[in-house]
Amino acid sequence: MIDWRDEGVILSVRPHGESAALTEVFTATHGRHAGLVRGGAGRKLAPVLQPGSQVEVVWKARIEDHLGTYTVEPIRSRGGRVMGDRIALAGLSAVTALLSAALPEREAHGPLYDRTVALLDLLGQGEIWPLAYLRWEVALLAETGFALDLTACAVTGAREGLAYVSPRTGRAVARDAAGEWESRLLPLPPVLRGEGDAGPQEIVAALEVTGYFLRNHLMRTLGETALAPARARLIEVLVRSSG
Amino acid sequence: MSDTRDIELLIDLMARLPGLGPRSARRAVLHLIKKRGQVLLPLADAMHRVGTSARECLNCGNISTRDICPICDSEKRGNGQICVVEDVADLWAMERSGVFQGRYHVLGGTLSALDAVGPEDLRIPRLIDRIATENVTEVILALGATVDGQTTAHYIADRLPGITVTSLAQGVPVGGELDYLDDGTITAALRARRAL
Repeated sequence: MIDWRDEGVILSVRPHGESAALTEVFTATHGRHAGLVRGGAGRKLAPVLQPGSQVEVVWKARIEDHLGTYTVEPIRSRGGRVMGDRIALAGLSAVTALLSAALPEREAHGPLYDRTVALLDLLGQGEIWPLAYLRWEVALLAETGFALDLTACAVTGAREGLAYVSPRTGRAVARDAAGEWESRLLPLPPVLRGEGDAGPQEIVAALEVTGYFLRNHLMRTLGETALAPARARLIEVLVRSSG
Repeated sequence: MSDTRDIELLIDLMARLPGLGPRSARRAVLHLIKKRGQVLLPLADAMHRVGTSARECLNCGNISTRDICPICDSEKRGNGQICVVEDVADLWAMERSGVFQGRYHVLGGTLSALDAVGPEDLRIPRLIDRIATENVTEVILALGATVDGQTTAHYIADRLPGITVTSLAQGVPVGGELDYLDDGTITAALRARRAL
């Protein structure tokens, strides 16, 4: 029998049979990992098995390739904090849906796990959460091999006057160097470089850029053509909050 | 064995019901056969009648034996309140309490990114139509205290400007002791505290 103990964040829960739940957890040292929770659909465990909850899990299986079973202990529930806050709720759904869709199974992503926990701990702090979420998406791209390089112009090496992002390489391009490619480049919102205002409108503009790379680079390599609807919902809520 | 083929089929069908397995289905079928006159035949008759007449209410999605369910048909229930529930089982639970005297709207599920359930898969457009035509003054969102349930509630609330939208309170259940509650419930209860 193989077993390990880890902590993680619940990503998704599906009923399995009458009382069990097929549960996907983003763990600190085992990455995105699924397992069966016996009694997971019951009254006692259902409040614990909510997306975004932080839990301690023990995974057991006869051989490594098996689905295995989880026993779950709650560390921190986030449901109660986000239920009444539409931005927090949409944000939580976007984070769990993106992780579930983008991360390979059973591959550790320790730094991204730490960032995810820090981001979820900020849920409900409306002023700073959208910016933290944007930075988390940038970190998700970097962790999965599609890092944006916005420090210097890909053409001239200039560090000033950066106004565009190359949709192919994810590197910044200076306004003066764009030339005839200008219409094909993505605009570079200053907030993506940690500059300027970070209001909802600026964040939404920056999320358009990260969304392009998530959809056309990360998801395409996974054979998907669309991003999780939960992310679109978050952007819709942010747009509403800015208007 | 061929003599018991029908009985085996009945056991097999009963075993597919929620809460029953092959052994409990066998026990139930044996009981039905022993109580043929009192239980089995009336049950078979009732199942046949429901099987041919049960349908979803065209207005609210409740299950009844008519195109428009008795709740939608009743003048007394037209008090301007519509209670939105996820499933017919939730409607029945609300009706058991006997407190709500308005009408219902059964969504048929909740929005779910994981299961690719979008607004077009639920009865949200029909709800918006009803609000425009039924003189509705308040929409009560009685959806589950889950991430999907509350996401659906916020989605609906965003699409109903100019109308009072409320949702059920969340917190300590009747008979509940704080020591046994999860911290999410305690957080929700503390946030929804009220003056005494």
